[in-house]
Amino acid sequence: MSSSGAAVRAERLTKRFGDFVAVDAIDLVIARGEIFGFLGPNGAGKTTTIRMLCGLILPTAGRIEVLGLDPSRQGEAVRQRIGYMSQRSSLYDDLTVVEVLDFYGRIYGLPDEERRRKVAGWIARAGLVGQERRLVGTLSGGWRQRLALGCAILHRPELLLLDEPTAGTDPVQRREFWELIYRFADEGTTVLVTTHYMDEAEHCGRLAFIHGGRIIACDTPGAIKQQAGLPTLEEVFVALIGAREDADA
Amino acid sequence: MRRRLGAIILKEFVQLARDPRTLAMALLMPVIQLLLFGYAITTQVEHLPTIVFDQSQTQESRRLLERFVHSRLFDIRARAASAQEIERAIDRGAMRVGIVIPPDYAAAVQAGRTALVQVIVDASDPLVASSALSTARAIGQSASLEIIARRLGRAGLARQALPLDVRTRAWYNPDMRSVNFMVPGLLATILSLLTLMLTAIAIVRERELGTLEQLVATPIRKAELMLGKILPYAVLGYVDITLALLIGAYWFKVPIRGSLALLYTLTLVFYLATLGQGILVSTVSRTQRQAMQGAFFIFLPTILLSGFMFPREGMPVVIQWIGYALPLTYFLVIVRGIILKGVGVAELIGQIIPLAILGLAFFTTSVIRFQKRLE
Repeated sequence: MSSSGAAVRAERLTKRFGDFVAVDAIDLVIARGEIFGFLGPNGAGKTTTIRMLCGLILPTAGRIEVLGLDPSRQGEAVRQRIGYMSQRSSLYDDLTVVEVLDFYGRIYGLPDEERRRKVAGWIARAGLVGQERRLVGTLSGGWRQRLALGCAILHRPELLLLDEPTAGTDPVQRREFWELIYRFADEGTTVLVTTHYMDEAEHCGRLAFIHGGRIIACDTPGAIKQQAGLPTLEEVFVALIGAREDADA
Repeated sequence: MRRRLGAIILKEFVQLARDPRTLAMALLMPVIQLLLFGYAITTQVEHLPTIVFDQSQTQESRRLLERFVHSRLFDIRARAASAQEIERAIDRGAMRVGIVIPPDYAAAVQAGRTALVQVIVDASDPLVASSALSTARAIGQSASLEIIARRLGRAGLARQALPLDVRTRAWYNPDMRSVNFMVPGLLATILSLLTLMLTAIAIVRERELGTLEQLVATPIRKAELMLGKILPYAVLGYVDITLALLIGAYWFKVPIRGSLALLYTLTLVFYLATLGQGILVSTVSRTQRQAMQGAFFIFLPTILLSGFMFPREGMPVVIQWIGYALPLTYFLVIVRGIILKGVGVAELIGQIIPLAILGLAFFTTSVIRFQKRLE
């Protein structure tokens, strides 16, 4: 569909809030079917970048192409083909599990029969059986996350944008969550995920280290470690950031 | 389009049903306020506590005081032994009116001289004072007439008819029940507050909870989101107006003379304006607190300048202009006109057109201002 065939393409993408440069002229290409990770500390510009890709905020400068479309001009068309899970994975606490899934199914325009089938399918796949009538506000972190993911994927998006989807969950829940994500990738969905868990970063096909609004390294986890000559991503990360802060000082 | 709009509306109703506080506010507030203010807000002035310094202590002075009591405006609660005592009682706020009758009152009346009677009124509240003052003057005049007639009779002259007779007619509300005037006004005002506040909060609450971010990242269109947020509150508003009308008609016995169908139709035009205002507030507010403050910023002038509390005719021209920008100004005339006077479209067209223009203006501005973005 896109001339480039890339799921995401950003050139010199910049976002300023007043004097503060949240995202500083980043270039990015994410191929279709890839699991791409954004790794970086809080305030590095990960969320701002994802929001620009969804068309939720407008870039100050630069170009973006998502699935061959411009999200700031063709917002609705882009949003029909992407799934987005925001950082706080905010769901309506006063709706039940089924009601929330049904709500997003309708919002994405699924026909009734298909919606019912997909909602039931996700409840089974995400291990939410028996929780259908529970209010979302009473669910534990892991269940909430899988529910939020379900809301974002009911319409079979081509690109899934997950902003810190596993924040506040335990390692077992993280592993279960990642198994779901691998399944989507196997089915051809492109996944862009932000995290600050290093163990999670290892799951990604390619990684971008983001710091101070810039991409300071971008490659496969293996290549990044090899280049730096360090055994773990965590050590590479600490070394890279340390080097930058020394350069800034 | 219909599926997405329906999804929002359905969700709003389910959430409303699970939120007893908002539901109570939306359904009980009009009932409680109408019952409370229907009694409390009255423009009728009666039974003002009155202290009397009667230095004459004669049949004549007592006859004059009886006139004051018969007017129902003055309640003689105390007798003073000096002018200072009256002053102190009014200073303390214990009494609102003081009447001083001079020692030579009876003698003067009988001798045909002018008797000086003093009526002192606490004019801190001008509304109360003006009706006390004019009633006191009227009592003085009719008492004078009676005294003159008696003197003429004693002088052997025949009684004459009064040279002038002004007959007054109170239309639409012949018993001058202030509740008849207040209830339609209250109804319009309460609707205005509810629709404004509920819509203002409806969108800001989602912004605050973070659910708006998730929602704007879906293909839902701006118009669907706004309509879906507004329609449930318009329905709720109709439940409210129905409750308020039932209370007005059956509890306060306010006669409903006009067409309810017309009232309900024009209410929709009014909602267009107030719901538009609500969305506007929600587009400039980040938190529910700001939205509440914004709603009150609009609501206060609405109450004070629309003619709900004070007649607009007495306001300075500039203030009257502000009133023209308030939807309630027109809706009040419409509600009072339909309920009290039983008038129709022909009589109300001068209100309907500006209300529709305001409604369209507020609504269009809010549609333009409302962005499906987070910035």
